[in-house]
Amino acid sequence: MSDALVQFDQVRFAYGDAPVISDVSLSVARGQVVAVMGGSGSGKTTLLRMIGGQLRASAGTVWVDGEDMGGLGEAALYERRKKLGLLFQFGALFTDLSVFDNVAFPLRERTNLPEALVRDLVLMKLQAVGLRGAAQLMPNELSGGMARRVALARAIALDPQVMLYDEPFTGLDPISLTTIGSLIRELNDALGAASIVVTHDVAESLAIVDYVYFLAGGRMIAEGTPEAVKASEDPFVRQFIRGEKDGPVPFHKPAADYALELGVARG
Amino acid sequence: MRWNWEWRVANVVVRFFSRVGAPLTDAIVKFGFACRFFVAVLRHTPTSLLRFSLTLREIWFAGVLSVLIIGVSGLFVGMVLALQGYDTLVRFGASSSLGILVALSLVRELGPVVGALLFASRAGSAITAEIGLMKATEQLAAMEMMAVNPIARVVAPKFWGGVISMPLLAAMFSAMGIFGGYLIGVQLLGLDAGSFWNQMQSQVDFRLDVLNGVIKSAFFGIAVSLIAVFEGFDAAPTAEGVSHATTRTVVTSALVILALDFVLTAFMFRGA
Repeated sequence: MSDALVQFDQVRFAYGDAPVISDVSLSVARGQVVAVMGGSGSGKTTLLRMIGGQLRASAGTVWVDGEDMGGLGEAALYERRKKLGLLFQFGALFTDLSVFDNVAFPLRERTNLPEALVRDLVLMKLQAVGLRGAAQLMPNELSGGMARRVALARAIALDPQVMLYDEPFTGLDPISLTTIGSLIRELNDALGAASIVVTHDVAESLAIVDYVYFLAGGRMIAEGTPEAVKASEDPFVRQFIRGEKDGPVPFHKPAADYALELGVARG
Repeated sequence: MRWNWEWRVANVVVRFFSRVGAPLTDAIVKFGFACRFFVAVLRHTPTSLLRFSLTLREIWFAGVLSVLIIGVSGLFVGMVLALQGYDTLVRFGASSSLGILVALSLVRELGPVVGALLFASRAGSAITAEIGLMKATEQLAAMEMMAVNPIARVVAPKFWGGVISMPLLAAMFSAMGIFGGYLIGVQLLGLDAGSFWNQMQSQVDFRLDVLNGVIKSAFFGIAVSLIAVFEGFDAAPTAEGVSHATTRTVVTSALVILALDFVLTAFMFRGA
């Protein structure tokens, strides 16, 4: 796939000896919205951090727009990040800046645009997420859903080619949920970008994405289009989509023998 | 059985060394990280000083907002010095030297040292808490992802804001202290104003006393600011982590200020 904006080739990552990601391969083309699903602690966020170059793969290659993120020096890495937008789970807005200044931050820091143009751009970005009326508020005056939309406006301020979403649906009310979901789709199509949504919210993400990867224990265990995934007979996919308690993903974290630990049996 | 006994002793010895050694190696690793961090801050200094408005904002928060506590503390320290000094000097019939005593104590020692201690607890703790909370709420990571280096944008301006503020605050502490000494010595105890100021003027050397005091406070400013930004940057990204980091800033700063003061004093005033 030569037109892939983001591509993982047999990527592995470990904290010390503990493997977090093992042999993951995936590819996202321009115009695509892709979901990476998996339970908590399955290595999803690690995946995003490797695309952003905040973590480096222990083995394999992470390609972003044809460049190996692992081989870049600090200056080149910062240059490359201009093409990336990341929406953090809880927005990560700068609490000492107003909504307007938050969205203006990347424009002021990374471009030499005159202030009048910055103002127009900020208002356009805020209009896109429907919060132009909140421009003068401070982040602590926003609800969770609004804060995430402001963070989204900030992430798209520089028109990134690759948009990354870290759990964009967590902790939102149903209305905000749908709003964020449709924004992800619309912004991707308007920007001509590639989007990766890391999530465990099944219904909302299946409605907007083109392709789904399933991650469990740091391995890519299934993939397919939303239709294929819904019809899938793969036990893991079925458990995840239907939200069953026990299955290939066990209810119990592996532990020492129960009877032994309670002292009612001798090992 | 015999082997078992030896094994246990070996086990205890190994455990002893690892328990004693672990904090030591941790401290060395942290010190190494702090040194590399310092180099990174210096490397990004030109960027932050070119955009001086960023540093100016930090001078406001760390310096200007500390003026009140520094000024009031200086005044009281000067007044106490005058009361105590007068009590001692009058026994030797040297009460007219009170001005010298107050001024030398302040510009050489108390201005830089007490000023730095107050600065560490008033501004250093605030710097640590702010950077630590920015880290805990992923604001630093967000900045990084927006291709803005947090060391250049956040850390270096705070560091230089502290470094620039510290000598000025110490000078203000000394000035207020001398004024406090004047209030007590001349206005309350009735010493002659002329001899109070005249003796001070003739006996306080600019290079040896005043300049050395400024050099001291510059060193303290670098030490406190570095400790504050480092502890914030190194804080565990949780509420508990930030609270520990803030405490560490105040405690480490106090110890470093006093130790550094001894070393600097030994170099500056040996036999002079």
